[in-house]
Amino acid sequence: MNIDLEAPYLPLVGKRLRQESSRDDRIKLGLMAVIGLYLVVALGAPLFIMLSKSLSTYRFDLAAFEFQVSDETGTNWGPVVAADALNQKLGVVTDEELVSSSDGRLAATKFFPDFSFRSPVHYRIRGTTADAAFLAGPTLEKGTEWRDYDSGTFRRVVLRPASSLGLENFKTYFSTPALARSIYNSVLMAAISTVVTISVAFALAYGLTRSCMPLKGLFRGILTIPILVPSLLPGIALVYLFGNQGVFKDWLMGYSIYGPIGIVIGSVFFTLPHAFLIILTALSIADARHYEAATSLKASKWRTFTTVTVPGARFGIVSAAFVVFTLVITDFGLPKVIGGQYSMLAVDIYKQVIGQQNFEMGAVVSVILLVPAILAFAVDRRMQKRQVALLSARAVPYAPKPNAGMDRICFGFACLVSLFILGMIAMCQIAALVKFWPYDLTLTTKNFAFDLMDGGGWAAYGNSIKLALLTALFGSLVVFAGAYMVEKTDGFRFGRSLFHFLAMMPMAVPGMVLGLAYIFFFNNPANPLNSIYGTMAILVICTVTHFYTVAHLTALTALKQMDPEFESVASSLKQPFHRLFFRVTVPVCLPAILNIAIYLFVNAMTTVSAVVFLYSTDTKLASVAVLNMDDAGDIAPAAAMGMMIFYTNVAAKLVHALIARGLLARTQAWR
Amino acid sequence: MNKRMLFLLAGAMSAVLPAIAFAETQLTVYTAVEAVDLDRYKATFEKAHPDIKINWVRDSTGIMTAKLLAEKDNPQADVVWGLAATSLLLLKTEGMLEAYEPKDVAALDKKFVDKDTPPSWVGMDAYVAALCYNTVEGEKLGLKAPTSWDDLTKPEYKGHIVMPNPASSGTGFLDVSGWMQMWGDEKAWSFMDKLHENISAYTHSGSKPCKMAGAGEAVIGVSFEFPGAKAKSAGAPIDIIFPSEGSGWEAEATAIIAGTANLDAAKTLVDWSVTREANEMYNAGYAVVAYPGVAKQVEHLPSDIASKMIDNDFEWAANNRGAILKEWQKRYDAKSEPKS
Repeated sequence: MNIDLEAPYLPLVGKRLRQESSRDDRIKLGLMAVIGLYLVVALGAPLFIMLSKSLSTYRFDLAAFEFQVSDETGTNWGPVVAADALNQKLGVVTDEELVSSSDGRLAATKFFPDFSFRSPVHYRIRGTTADAAFLAGPTLEKGTEWRDYDSGTFRRVVLRPASSLGLENFKTYFSTPALARSIYNSVLMAAISTVVTISVAFALAYGLTRSCMPLKGLFRGILTIPILVPSLLPGIALVYLFGNQGVFKDWLMGYSIYGPIGIVIGSVFFTLPHAFLIILTALSIADARHYEAATSLKASKWRTFTTVTVPGARFGIVSAAFVVFTLVITDFGLPKVIGGQYSMLAVDIYKQVIGQQNFEMGAVVSVILLVPAILAFAVDRRMQKRQVALLSARAVPYAPKPNAGMDRICFGFACLVSLFILGMIAMCQIAALVKFWPYDLTLTTKNFAFDLMDGGGWAAYGNSIKLALLTALFGSLVVFAGAYMVEKTDGFRFGRSLFHFLAMMPMAVPGMVLGLAYIFFFNNPANPLNSIYGTMAILVICTVTHFYTVAHLTALTALKQMDPEFESVASSLKQPFHRLFFRVTVPVCLPAILNIAIYLFVNAMTTVSAVVFLYSTDTKLASVAVLNMDDAGDIAPAAAMGMMIFYTNVAAKLVHALIARGLLARTQAWR
Repeated sequence: MNKRMLFLLAGAMSAVLPAIAFAETQLTVYTAVEAVDLDRYKATFEKAHPDIKINWVRDSTGIMTAKLLAEKDNPQADVVWGLAATSLLLLKTEGMLEAYEPKDVAALDKKFVDKDTPPSWVGMDAYVAALCYNTVEGEKLGLKAPTSWDDLTKPEYKGHIVMPNPASSGTGFLDVSGWMQMWGDEKAWSFMDKLHENISAYTHSGSKPCKMAGAGEAVIGVSFEFPGAKAKSAGAPIDIIFPSEGSGWEAEATAIIAGTANLDAAKTLVDWSVTREANEMYNAGYAVVAYPGVAKQVEHLPSDIASKMIDNDFEWAANNRGAILKEWQKRYDAKSEPKS
């Protein structure tokens, strides 16, 4: 007791003095706990269910079945024999064949080599446990009661596997060459796309922040266009541009667009804005004093670039690379449309779950997809430890000086990339307006008559807008508050690391896996949150969670660039944290917050994979309609709906720009 | 258009005539029926039974089946109306279907009704495997239209055929299971080995090969008759070919989900789904329907499609699906190296 009382007066050797106002800390911790709980419920728990799904294996338990065979009169029964005893004697089923899937079937007649369906012999079968299940024809039978069949019916008796926990699914996965090959393909595609995208994105962001090239605002707008369309759309555009009837088919010199070429081009297209925005944020806050120092030290341009510019943006580049890599490896829309026979992990999930209803194997592939995320997380943490705040309270904003040659190169490159982006979009617009490509090129609006096609029609379009607005509002609130708690709270290190880890996970979770995990988790009558299943609320939660990572990183990057001295000054002035938060942090980070809101909005408009399992009658979505229409081969209407999403997002962007201009004039004058 | 006006009128009438207060039952109905047909089906049924309201949840066959299976422990659907019989058979083996004998089920063609009594599912219509052949592209390449499955293995078609991947598409599986039932394992696999040499892509959807053939992305699409007729109406230069050996097929069917809170209304819907009136309604898009003597010829399709249908054993297909797909993936997925 005495020690406790005296403790505060003891000098704490080797440890930073804690700022006071412990009430603040408690509030912060409380808030963090709330948002942490959100992430656990919206991500951790469903993923855990998914993980347990990947470990639930199916195996024929031969000890659980017993047979009895009659003589030819059908009334005098022979001895009771267990299936495993028969198998030991006959060896008809190998141990390998006993490993099965949830839909496994094993014909009971296998154990009776002299079985003939014309014989008058009767057969009896029963389980030795209440769970032992078998099918007589398609009828499910269970339990320990004897069931009597004539041989004609017994021919149709198949045993069902029993479920247990184990690693058999993973063994099966790695021993199937067709499946395991996808790992190599996916990693290769993601790596190539990452290198290309990051190089292009860095060059563009550099041009926009460090040169005096003209039309910067316009390029910034054009470069974010791909984020405004579903990832299926570049696939559709590439089919029209380079497919067998494509406009520029000859450019590929005989190579097919269906496959790796299409995947890389499409991936670069749809991931470019993600990388570009992160690197741009990292590059846009530069301290002019560093450049002045470099100039006065007579450092060459190249040396300045490698010692000032790149290290300053290092954190952004690594984050961007991580984002692009996982986006490519987890996207299924693009490889599904353009991937041809080139198998990718995310498409494998689709094949397993949608094509074969093999949830367990789908879960296995999902778990394998989580590996790169965990690796990326480790790398990200290491990099972050070395990151120092660039924007100290004394920083001087950097203003680039004109340099004709450099400016022209930057301008030319930006034009080239813009042409690529606009060309893809224009192709989709043309496709959406043409009657029957390539045989009847008259213009028509019939492709916009969505009510006559799969997907949910114009009502779906309205739902998408509603979802996007709710996601933007709710999401930016949760994400920014969460990022603030991670970045600007002292102590509680373990909790913060765990929180950060949870926040990084969604990037690596393919939407399809998240959606499925949600069904298993929320559609369980025992779950108190069961009532949100099938509502707009679950779509909002799922979408916020699915896109949490990039929003979180954007918020973190902005927060990291604020010197921790702000916090120290505030607490030495005895200001509560919420005053600092609302008076300094939020206004300084307002561009980032607005970016988060618009990022969530456009992604909610374009997301497909996560929500495809979760929508209900009243909550069909436009993006899912694109998928369904393309799936059905109605490519032109799919392009048309994709363009509707695009125009909506453009309108949202314009509104965003107007709001931003008004607010930023008030809050960012200091920059 | 006129019919549509009539429905609108009927809708308006029932809205302004609240004198008869119905205790309206809402039915959640899962379906994979083409979107264009949904409103028509709903309106026609609700006209016959104004006290029941249908809430559709529609998706493609694969997604719908996965959704139903995922919801196994807490089903959200009351009725499934318009899902592949193979999928319903899968649900049945999971004990998810309520067996029920609709009133006039005896009138239906036997092959459209579950073999058990009472049946767990009853059929509506069938879709039949067919080839879509692009005449314009075929002429450019100097090809002749195939007339049989066997023709597809000819070397001149190399790289010009697309077919659905049986591992991700129900239509793809009905093709494979059709070949195996017609020819037996050995011949079917040797056929597929040769066919694989000519395939340029395996798609994930059953109607897509036909649309690809229609758009000239491929010359021959292995698909089924419905998207063929649709693409042809839209202006695609294709011929719809039924191979001479016969075609695999799949039934679209109806079933009640066990444990539904609205069992009476569900039974009413299933009763109605087998009526002559309902079958006439299905016939607008499907050339083969479950009620004998109802089907009229559908534009762009021959009138004798029913005779092309093989004797499909759904139970055999369901029991052997896992093994067939495993073998298929071993043979052809592993080989599908990047071509470039």
